[in-house]
Amino acid sequence: MSELLLAFAVGGAMCLLAQLVLDISRLTPAHVMVIFVSLGAVASGIGLYERFVELGGAGALIPLPAFGHALVQGIVEEVGREGPVGLLTGGLRMVALGLTVAVLSGLAMALLFDPRG
Amino acid sequence: MAGTLAAAPGLRLGRQTVRFDLAPATVAAAAIVGPREGKGPLGDYFDVVKDDELVGEKSWERAEARMLAEACRLTLRKAGTRVEHVDFLIAGDLLNQITCSSFVARELNLPFLGIFGACSTLAEGMTVAAMTIDGGYAQNALVAVSSHHCTAERQYRMPTEFATQPPPTAQWTVTGAGAVLLAARGDGPALTMATVGKVIDSGLKDPQNLGAAMAPAAADTILQHFQDSGREPDYYDMVVTGDLADVGRKIALVLLEREGIAIEDRLFDCGSNIYDPDQGVDAGASGCGCSAAVFAGYLMNGLLTGRYRRILLVGTGALFSPTSYQQGETIPGIAHAVALEAQDAPG
Repeated sequence: MSELLLAFAVGGAMCLLAQLVLDISRLTPAHVMVIFVSLGAVASGIGLYERFVELGGAGALIPLPAFGHALVQGIVEEVGREGPVGLLTGGLRMVALGLTVAVLSGLAMALLFDPRG
Repeated sequence: MAGTLAAAPGLRLGRQTVRFDLAPATVAAAAIVGPREGKGPLGDYFDVVKDDELVGEKSWERAEARMLAEACRLTLRKAGTRVEHVDFLIAGDLLNQITCSSFVARELNLPFLGIFGACSTLAEGMTVAAMTIDGGYAQNALVAVSSHHCTAERQYRMPTEFATQPPPTAQWTVTGAGAVLLAARGDGPALTMATVGKVIDSGLKDPQNLGAAMAPAAADTILQHFQDSGREPDYYDMVVTGDLADVGRKIALVLLEREGIAIEDRLFDCGSNIYDPDQGVDAGASGCGCSAAVFAGYLMNGLLTGRYRRILLVGTGALFSPTSYQQGETIPGIAHAVALEAQDAPG
């Protein structure tokens, strides 16, 4: 139960922050997406994001900054394994599963529901 | 020579207003709206309420054109005339290059003047039509205007599937079309004056707060109309603005009060009245179909039944494009006013 509450608190705090940015500043959802992914990458690079993940589990792994975190962790792992070339390959290798699922589920929705907007 | 170039005496009043000698009659009007508008408080006044926003077409754009064409045909049927007896079609919409209007003009096969005044298009079209008729160049002219929530979202905002949250100042584009037939002779409210607005830019940049961007233009045109015409605000039973919605209406009232014009009791905004507040439309409605449907449906009914005798219809438009605001340009506004009076009004 405390795991669930912690996941809710950590994930909810990130979403609250994003909502406040949208409501108070003039930034658009696109700005928020780029800023949060970048912040996640920076937090990951200095070892901070891993703490959030330990604390909140899925609460930290699902919101936007987790994508930045995954990119950085992928690069770190790949550089360790393959050397400097990992700088170019590691990020996308790590997020390949998520990206492919996103593309395929988008395609499936388009086939099922005939979007027109 | 200079004298012959000037307008006939008395036809131009002040800087921006014209008076029509003939006072062309609005002989018929028709409003066709989508399901959400039909469920709103004015739903009973519209001629046709569609139960599907696609109206059986394969795209939103085709649906909008279909509604516009239907509004035109219905107006002519109500006037007891036929397409081939119309001298000019004057039409506009919100889409790029006003293709919706052009496609309807292609279908109706009429001499066509396409106009763009954003959401002020109905008032602009009625002004052009009245000038054309009063100048003796036409016996009649059909003014037609449309907007569609989904075509406007596609062009001006985000894909609807993206589900961006609108802020509370945002307005919901009306799915609707309105058409009005003006004629030199005939029964129906007379168009006696028109005030052509200037483009007013107060430096706002937020496309999710168009009411605020248009309010200064509305106030400017209303003020100019009273100055030019010499009429007092209480000459009109109602001053009707197009789509300032709740936010813009309040701003316009403050701006007018500063100039000594207090019309809170008679300023009716179509955008604030076409939906119920609980229909989830934030500040209210927008789109040129808003003032067009409300005028052709609700206001024409009021003028014909004597609910009011004189109204000043002020179409309000935000003159921006997706490119202009993405490049950080400000959003200028415009407002055009037309005075409509029941024919047997005293004086």
